[in-house]
Amino acid sequence: MKFPDFDYACPKSLDEALGLLRLHGDDAVLLAGGQSLMPLLAFRLAAPGLLVDLKDVPGLGDIGIDGGGVRLGAFVRWCEIDRNAGLAAAHPLLVEAIGHVAHYQIRNRGTVGGSLAYGDPAAEMPGIAVTCDGEIIVMGESGERRVAAADFFLGALTTCLRPGEIITGLHLPPWPAGRRWAFEEFARRRGDFALAGTALYYDLDSQGRATDAHIGVIGAADRPMRLAQAERMINGSTVNADAIAAAAEAASREVDPMEDFHAPTAYRRALVETLVARALTRAAG
Amino acid sequence: MRIKLKVNGKTVEAEVAPRISLADFLRDTLRLTGTHLGCEHGVCGACTVIVDGAAVRACLMLAVQAHGEQIVTVEGLSNDDALSPLQACFRKHHALQCGFCTPGMITTAHALLTEEPDADADRVREVLSGNICRCTGYIPIIEAVLEARAHYADQDAPP
Ligand SMILES: Cc1cc2nc3c(=O)[nH]c(=O)nc-3n(C[C@H](O)[C@H](O)[C@H](O)COP(=O)(O)OP(=O)(O)OC[C@H]3O[C@@H](n4cnc5c(N)ncnc54)[C@H](O)[C@@H]3O)c2cc1C
Ligand code: FES
Ligand code: FES
Repeated sequence: MKFPDFDYACPKSLDEALGLLRLHGDDAVLLAGGQSLMPLLAFRLAAPGLLVDLKDVPGLGDIGIDGGGVRLGAFVRWCEIDRNAGLAAAHPLLVEAIGHVAHYQIRNRGTVGGSLAYGDPAAEMPGIAVTCDGEIIVMGESGERRVAAADFFLGALTTCLRPGEIITGLHLPPWPAGRRWAFEEFARRRGDFALAGTALYYDLDSQGRATDAHIGVIGAADRPMRLAQAERMINGSTVNADAIAAAAEAASREVDPMEDFHAPTAYRRALVETLVARALTRAAG
Repeated sequence: MRIKLKVNGKTVEAEVAPRISLADFLRDTLRLTGTHLGCEHGVCGACTVIVDGAAVRACLMLAVQAHGEQIVTVEGLSNDDALSPLQACFRKHHALQCGFCTPGMITTAHALLTEEPDADADRVREVLSGNICRCTGYIPIIEAVLEARAHYADQDAPP
């Protein structure tokens, strides 16, 4: 369980970090909080020649809140999302979901950018990015590009990041007052990766009917995804017990859960149905 | 690589290979073997130390990343031969049996109570849920930490 041999660099600017990635190619790996990378190295599932630590790169640790929404720098740590006074009002769904990420000591280190880049199918941050129409901001040799979160995750632990690119932040669109929302997940122990989870929201029209429903799930496919059929059951309807049951049932059919050591496919499917029903009930109540 | 850091208030300078974890550096180079290694991949919490006031897993951090930082290990939370208030509460409540998890429990609880001396039972449970104990069943540990709160509320960060 000891790390393989590697070199270590601690660049002082984004340009220097990009330069190191260009120079070392595949042999270099970025290090942020280390809470996913270091276990991977301990298991010898990766053996990079160089770790490029982002801790001293300025400008990656900011949280911005304004009329345009919320911007989280890539180096924002989970504990800083808890502590930020403005975020609970600016994006309550984000704050509640991130409250479920990992344990106390890991929350003091793990970062937004690391979680997005790692792309665990059960991770909360990618789930929120996809559910909430987030945009991932990426810097490469040829400049900045912004990728819709919906296009960013390609499969388990696989993203569309190109070699040499660095995530600099995540943008989430503004959160209107009065929006209905909830987050629910089930993990065997608080702080462990969820067996499955859901983040959802909708707005209400003047007749009290739901519009613009966004229902996202984690741990229910090889990547975080939105459930178009479940959303259709909610859009345009009054969110009552019937609509909730129909949407939850649609959700359980729409997901494509993996089977693993922790739970079989059928269990995860049933879990999605229960969690979506629970979350919609909370959102409506 | 050459690193310079403060460990339990003392300045330490050392030459260390990049692949050495902070936990191994503390244990093998500085011989501070109070920091225990259970899983070495971030799930058990036995290796918890305090870096610049924040509890972290020392098995998931490199020694070279600790350059310039202030580290407090369980040794730094003792009171010579006398028990610190937190240790005394652990003793009173039988919050340890084999003692393997204890350094991680003490450092985690110390970081928590320093930051949040009014942490309620739910919060204490939530925070300690990241530390595995195979002996006590956790209840005595939670009782010990809850009782220790009084000492942290009274004064600024006791040992
Ligand atoms: C016991 C345990 C339980 C956990 N439970 C959960 C949980 O319930 N939910 C959850 O979401 N996570 C969980 N985690 C993971 C944790 O949240 C990690 O912090 C997170 O997934 C990765 O963030 P990091 O900053 O630590 O990244 P690192 O480990 O430093 O890096 C992860 C990967 O991302 C790359 N990377 C990092 N930063 C960037 C960047 N800016 N641009 C491009 N690539 C980058 C790295 O090269 C590496 O490949 C858990 C971890 C542990 C050890
Ligand atoms: S040894 Fe570090 S968490 Fe288990
Ligand atoms: S006292 Fe034995 S593991 Fe906790």
